[in-house]
Amino acid sequence: MLDDVTSYLKSDTTPGQAGNFLWAFIYILLIFLGLSVAVIAMNWLERKILAHMQVRLGPMRVGPHGLLQPIADAIKLLIKEDIMPSESDPFVFWTAPLIVVLTAFTVFIVVPFGPTHAVTDMNIGVLFMLGVSSLSVLGVVMAGWASNSHYPLMGALRSSAQMVSYEIAMGLAVISAVLMTSLNQSGTGTLSMIGIVQAQEAQATWFVFKFFPLGLIAFFVFAVAMVAETNRAPFDLPEAESELTAGFHTEYSGFRWSLFFLAEYSAMIAVSSIAVTLWLGGWLHPFPHWLSGETWDLVFSLFPGLTFVFLAGLTFYSVARMPKHPYFRVQTMGLAGFGAVLGLIGLALFAPPVRDRVQDIYWFAAKVAGFMYLYIWYRGTFPRYRFDQLMTVGWKILLPIGLGVLIVTAILGVVL
Amino acid sequence: MADATKNVSHLELGDTDKTFLDSNELIINMGPQHPATHGVLRVILRLDGEKVLGTECVIGYLHRGVEKIAENRTYAMFNPYVDRMDYVAAVSNGLGYCEAVEKLLNLEAPPRANYIRVILTELNRLASHMLWLGTHALDIGAITPLFYTFRDREEILKIFEKYCGARLTTHAFRIGGCLYETYEGFEQDVTKFLKFVTPKIDEYEELLTTNRIWVERTRNVGMLSAKDCIALGVTGPVLRASGVKWDLRKAQPYAAYPDFEFEIPTGQNGDTYDRYLVRMQEMRQSLRIIEQAVGKIPEGPIMAKVPKVIKPPVGEIYHSIEAPKGELGYFIVSDGSTQPYRVRVRPPSFVNLQALEQMVRGQLVADVIAVIGTLDIVLGEVDR
Repeated sequence: MLDDVTSYLKSDTTPGQAGNFLWAFIYILLIFLGLSVAVIAMNWLERKILAHMQVRLGPMRVGPHGLLQPIADAIKLLIKEDIMPSESDPFVFWTAPLIVVLTAFTVFIVVPFGPTHAVTDMNIGVLFMLGVSSLSVLGVVMAGWASNSHYPLMGALRSSAQMVSYEIAMGLAVISAVLMTSLNQSGTGTLSMIGIVQAQEAQATWFVFKFFPLGLIAFFVFAVAMVAETNRAPFDLPEAESELTAGFHTEYSGFRWSLFFLAEYSAMIAVSSIAVTLWLGGWLHPFPHWLSGETWDLVFSLFPGLTFVFLAGLTFYSVARMPKHPYFRVQTMGLAGFGAVLGLIGLALFAPPVRDRVQDIYWFAAKVAGFMYLYIWYRGTFPRYRFDQLMTVGWKILLPIGLGVLIVTAILGVVL
Repeated sequence: MADATKNVSHLELGDTDKTFLDSNELIINMGPQHPATHGVLRVILRLDGEKVLGTECVIGYLHRGVEKIAENRTYAMFNPYVDRMDYVAAVSNGLGYCEAVEKLLNLEAPPRANYIRVILTELNRLASHMLWLGTHALDIGAITPLFYTFRDREEILKIFEKYCGARLTTHAFRIGGCLYETYEGFEQDVTKFLKFVTPKIDEYEELLTTNRIWVERTRNVGMLSAKDCIALGVTGPVLRASGVKWDLRKAQPYAAYPDFEFEIPTGQNGDTYDRYLVRMQEMRQSLRIIEQAVGKIPEGPIMAKVPKVIKPPVGEIYHSIEAPKGELGYFIVSDGSTQPYRVRVRPPSFVNLQALEQMVRGQLVADVIAVIGTLDIVLGEVDR
């Protein structure tokens, strides 16, 4: 048992490859936990950031600066009455959210948070991710159909058409990234998520800068397609609030609705992870080749700890600014406690064995967080596309671009 | 128009022999509880996939019998009721009613009162257009402009509150002039507001006017030709966007409007984008009018000599003004008593709404929302 624990810590492969079931299980738990925390944090951050973009404050009442709002929401959703329309198909109605959530979480098995930090490394990693994440459309269609109601049906139809069309553009962009892995050195082309990042390391460039501007265009195609794929603004037609009230999950409430919510946000994180892995160098820190060597390694490994200490500092600054009133005493103490936890985590991350092991995860998460911010930013800025325009963008703009990039990449690969 | 909706009687919706999945046509009931129908409008849509084959509007969910109430109230008592029709442009409603009764009484409000009326009415036009912009953009999916416009509309409401104590249903004017003199610093407040709001309108335009998605969503959507507009009796910015230069402030000047210089913005295509541009231009023209009015507001009384008991002579009158949404007309029949025999209101929203069917047929579901937004209807006024 103890042997299992220590042997993996010294190994340099993923637990899945090493056949270490204990650690694989721990990783699955960690990912499940981390994802749930990330979704909760995203909920709060989205409401706060969007609010500040829109000259308002966002949640302020539940906990200091509304920090406990997502938890209050979660409790509310759990104890809410679970309504099922009488005309619905109960079995399909039940299974639809499960399918959506399962696919959204299953995808994370192959996401490489670091060279050793993944549940497992498959040689068909990218294919697995695209395949599993596209299964979620099944859940959406089932939800819309089982509700036996007009708005959900229309939302489901829109959603399936949208996800199927954008998957093609997405796939083309992905293939051009996969082609790039085999360039410059023969026989190394790979679909493995870890392999793709290692190829970027070996070729000394992130694929977004590869064959400039080819990689950038492919990345752009993917970045647009992934927003459409996750049904977010400006492509949020399946749940277009002003047209279809809530789209395919109109008839869902309570816990089952929250499953859709959870799935939507984890799907956002999942596609962002693909984008980060394929184009932005995965777990590699910025400029891994210019800024290499002992000193730079030390500097970059200090970042995770510094970030947490900085957040703790911000929290303590907010504690100092809390109104000095007995009414706010509990909130102030709670905020201080939160800051202390952040600070302690930060200090723990400074310890040499921890920081070497953790900094890969940190850089990966930081890049994904950048995408999450973009998602929120889009939502605050763009109006919504109409259905026919959405199809035009998918089929007449993104698809030809993706195809062109793919062909040119392939030709360049042969020529160079 | 009737043939397209012939089969969409809402009684048929209760037919449970077949489910809607068996049919090629989808009949969707949009409203009265729907986030984008601006209140309690109910639209029954007949759809083929996403395409709209026909619509049927069902109104009356907000009917309060305002016109009937008028027959049991004295002329002065009915005045506050008109504010509740188009509650986002209450000042305009009040102006129309007061001027109609004044015409019936052969009265004329003093010049200073007319200037105050113009300033407040134009401020109200701004507030109404801001609310329209925010909600219209929200319907099309841009959520941020809503908060910007509400933030700036607040400043207008603050001026109203300082002037007469109410923010929304102001009851700002009385028959024969104004009850309240302007408060200390009214001119400064208005001038400050003008300086404040001009860059804000630029800000809205920056967010939307050249935004690719916005242009694609609005251009060639809900087309209405000038001929159709006139045939349907459509007025206001919707008419002007189709290229008809018709604005009652110029065509049949009332209050102090002849004293001011302003232009009537018009569009060419009569689509949703043109209506957006026309309203944006109108906001700037309103600022121009307010600026001139504040600059040369005359001294003098604010109330004409009005008899204690208002008893107009036997007769009838139709008076209309240019409300933010179009021609707002009052037809009042007097039988010589203290109460009107009949008051008929010609609300712009109600008349404009009948163009909906023609504007959305053959378009997509998302366009229905855009068109409802661009018609700028207020259900309080549609149903009265």
